[in-house]
Amino acid sequence: MVDVRTDFEGDSCLITINGEVDASSSIYLDEALEKAVNADVTKILVDCQNLNYISSAGLGVFMSYIQELEAKNKKMVLYHMSAKVYKVFEILGLHQLLTIVETEEQAKTGADEI
Amino acid sequence: MVRLGFHRNVIRLSLLLGIIGWVGLVTINLLIQFARTHDLPSGFKPELALVFLCLYLLSVSVYYRFITGRAERVNFIDLLWRVFATGLLATIVSLAIYLFYLLLGNSPLASKVLLLSFFFHVRFGLFAAFIISTFMVWKQLILYQKSKRLILLWQIFEYSLLASIAFVFLPDRQGVDAILLTILIPLFVLGIILSVNLKWVAYLDFRQKWKSISIMLAIAVFIIYYTLELYNEVVALEDLPELAVLVVNPFIFATLGFTLVYSIFSLLVIIFNLPTSSVFEQKLEEIINFQRLSQSSQSGYDISQVYDILLESAAKAVSADAGWIEATTNGTPQLLTKSMTKERVEIFKKRLQANTEQPEIINPLPRPRLQRQDYEQRQRRHRILKLPEYRSVLWIPLVVKNNINGTLVLLKEVSDGFNKEMVSIITTFASQASISVENFQLMNETLVNERYQEELKIANRVHRSLLPNNPITNEAFDIAAFSEAADQVGGDYYDQYQINEQKFIIIIGDVSGKGTSAAFNMSQMKGVFHSLAPLDLAPDTFLAYANSALGRCMEKTSFITASFFVVNTQKKTISFARAGHTPTLYYSRRKQQACYLEIRGLGLGIIRNEKFNQYIEVSEQQYESGDIIVLYTDGITEATNQQGEEFGFDRLREVVINHAQESSKILQKKLIEELYEFCNHEPLNDDYTALIIKFT
Repeated sequence: MVDVRTDFEGDSCLITINGEVDASSSIYLDEALEKAVNADVTKILVDCQNLNYISSAGLGVFMSYIQELEAKNKKMVLYHMSAKVYKVFEILGLHQLLTIVETEEQAKTGADEI
Repeated sequence: MVRLGFHRNVIRLSLLLGIIGWVGLVTINLLIQFARTHDLPSGFKPELALVFLCLYLLSVSVYYRFITGRAERVNFIDLLWRVFATGLLATIVSLAIYLFYLLLGNSPLASKVLLLSFFFHVRFGLFAAFIISTFMVWKQLILYQKSKRLILLWQIFEYSLLASIAFVFLPDRQGVDAILLTILIPLFVLGIILSVNLKWVAYLDFRQKWKSISIMLAIAVFIIYYTLELYNEVVALEDLPELAVLVVNPFIFATLGFTLVYSIFSLLVIIFNLPTSSVFEQKLEEIINFQRLSQSSQSGYDISQVYDILLESAAKAVSADAGWIEATTNGTPQLLTKSMTKERVEIFKKRLQANTEQPEIINPLPRPRLQRQDYEQRQRRHRILKLPEYRSVLWIPLVVKNNINGTLVLLKEVSDGFNKEMVSIITTFASQASISVENFQLMNETLVNERYQEELKIANRVHRSLLPNNPITNEAFDIAAFSEAADQVGGDYYDQYQINEQKFIIIIGDVSGKGTSAAFNMSQMKGVFHSLAPLDLAPDTFLAYANSALGRCMEKTSFITASFFVVNTQKKTISFARAGHTPTLYYSRRKQQACYLEIRGLGLGIIRNEKFNQYIEVSEQQYESGDIIVLYTDGITEATNQQGEEFGFDRLREVVINHAQESSKILQKKLIEELYEFCNHEPLNDDYTALIIKFT
């Protein structure tokens, strides 16, 4: 199961993922991302500290917003990701399309570089 | 057929014998009387006439016994009509004779003894036939719903009665009365005992009861009239002693007494049963409706028909003036009405909801399945009131699987129109209907489920056929493949293609997600592979084309990972590219080491434009004999044991190194074994596939 929290703060949206994103729980991630993408914010920060596992369905959710974010000129940054989860992004090649950084500070500064 | 033929013959024979008997009786009696009036010796003994009399009575008995239909097959009213018709005919003939004498007045013909005697015989014949036919019909009525004891009693009665015919031969008229009494009393007692068998009356409905009363009354009148006529005649024709014995004998007495007593009993019982018959009919109807409701799921009705029956029978059972059922069938709301339009139902519903004062509704007992709180809440919501047109309202919830699936509302113009019995019968109806509806739903679910299972089986077959059944084997390498889906169908894919003698293509793919949607995308992948493979493309070009083709037809959140290998057995090279697939494990025999071929790549369908190409890298390397390529999907590396540990890349590498000397087949078997052991033989919850290529 997963718990996805969405907090809005000024021009940024913070999404915190707790737990595992698999085929059945990826819908919550999708809802959170959709809310963030359609909200009046330019930065979307995704805290992956407590993301223990992500399945291909979960990757599919991230992937499906890449082009929309680009079109809307919004920046999404993922951070605090465990090595194991990062490996999954890396194998698929998503690390080349998404901005994945280590710390929250990096994420904030990274998101400003548009 | 044989029995039928036998029946018909008995009827014909008895009819013939009856006629012979009657004609014989008349002839002999007239001859005797003629001889007497003219003081001539007749030459006939009076006993001969008695023989014919017996023959006549017996034949008529047999005739009616066989000709009377069984009450189980013929309805009661028909049987009664037949008796009535016989009685009417006999009475009309008798009246005609009476009229004839009336017309004759004082003419000499009127006092001719022979003519009187002849007419007496005619009337006797008809009378005997009438009471015997009545007797046989009564027999059917008495034996309706028979028991063994009843049949025995009846047989004793019937045969004793027939036997009593023989008493006409008693020569001496003196003391005959005593004998008559000794025979008649037990017969009469038996007849009374049998006469209390009036069960058939209960099966008459109200109208039939009225009909039966009139017919019975007429029959009783006929019998009484005839009896009086004949016995008066016997007294009047004192000088013709031959006539007395015809009607004054135990058989006729007993038959007559019995038929009359039974007619009167029936008449009284029917009259006393008249007031209760409507209740009885209603109960019978309730039972029938109840059966219809409970059998509806087997009789090919659908759910709305069940509600239809419920509304119909409930309204009838409590004589409601109007009502409706509101229910949801298969997700669609439905409104069935009785004696009111749908528009009026809406108006009433609004009014019912608005009018919360003066609660007059009798609510059904709380259903134990409902939570009490729930129930009270609903009760409050539906508590109802006085409406100008309908002063009693009965509201019953239709509970299917613990949910209120609908409501049954019955309206009556009178106030306090629903008593406790009515509420309980309606509640019973409603719960029976609910059970039927529940059965329907269960049946439908089972059907859908079965069909779904069946379709999955087909999908599984199709899915299997998408994977190659015979891996390529040649002198340069051999392949062992293994694939298992977590569901009936899965999204793992591998395939092979031989371009020419020394060039082979091998692909492994993994569609995101699992189950049916993954299987669809996998079949697209197969199509793409087989259309591109013959083109002999470089790995990166192949993947770029595949990305473009698949990008057009996959869902936004779906992607496919793939590893693409071109093996050149002449140059002993492998050239490969990776589209986001788990890195291939390569075992080098010379180094005795295995490592993952980590090259850049991106899953197919992630970027659906030309930018894809820049993320793909091609790598080429030489292989040597004994080297092994292990292609696999993430179902293997991500398989977890009970401790939540993943099988992982390191374990996979260990297995390959440890069994590198074995053939590809054995290596594959070892791999699966270790994987299962790791997972404690629990079923894996992902599709997993392994393809092992060993160079020779």
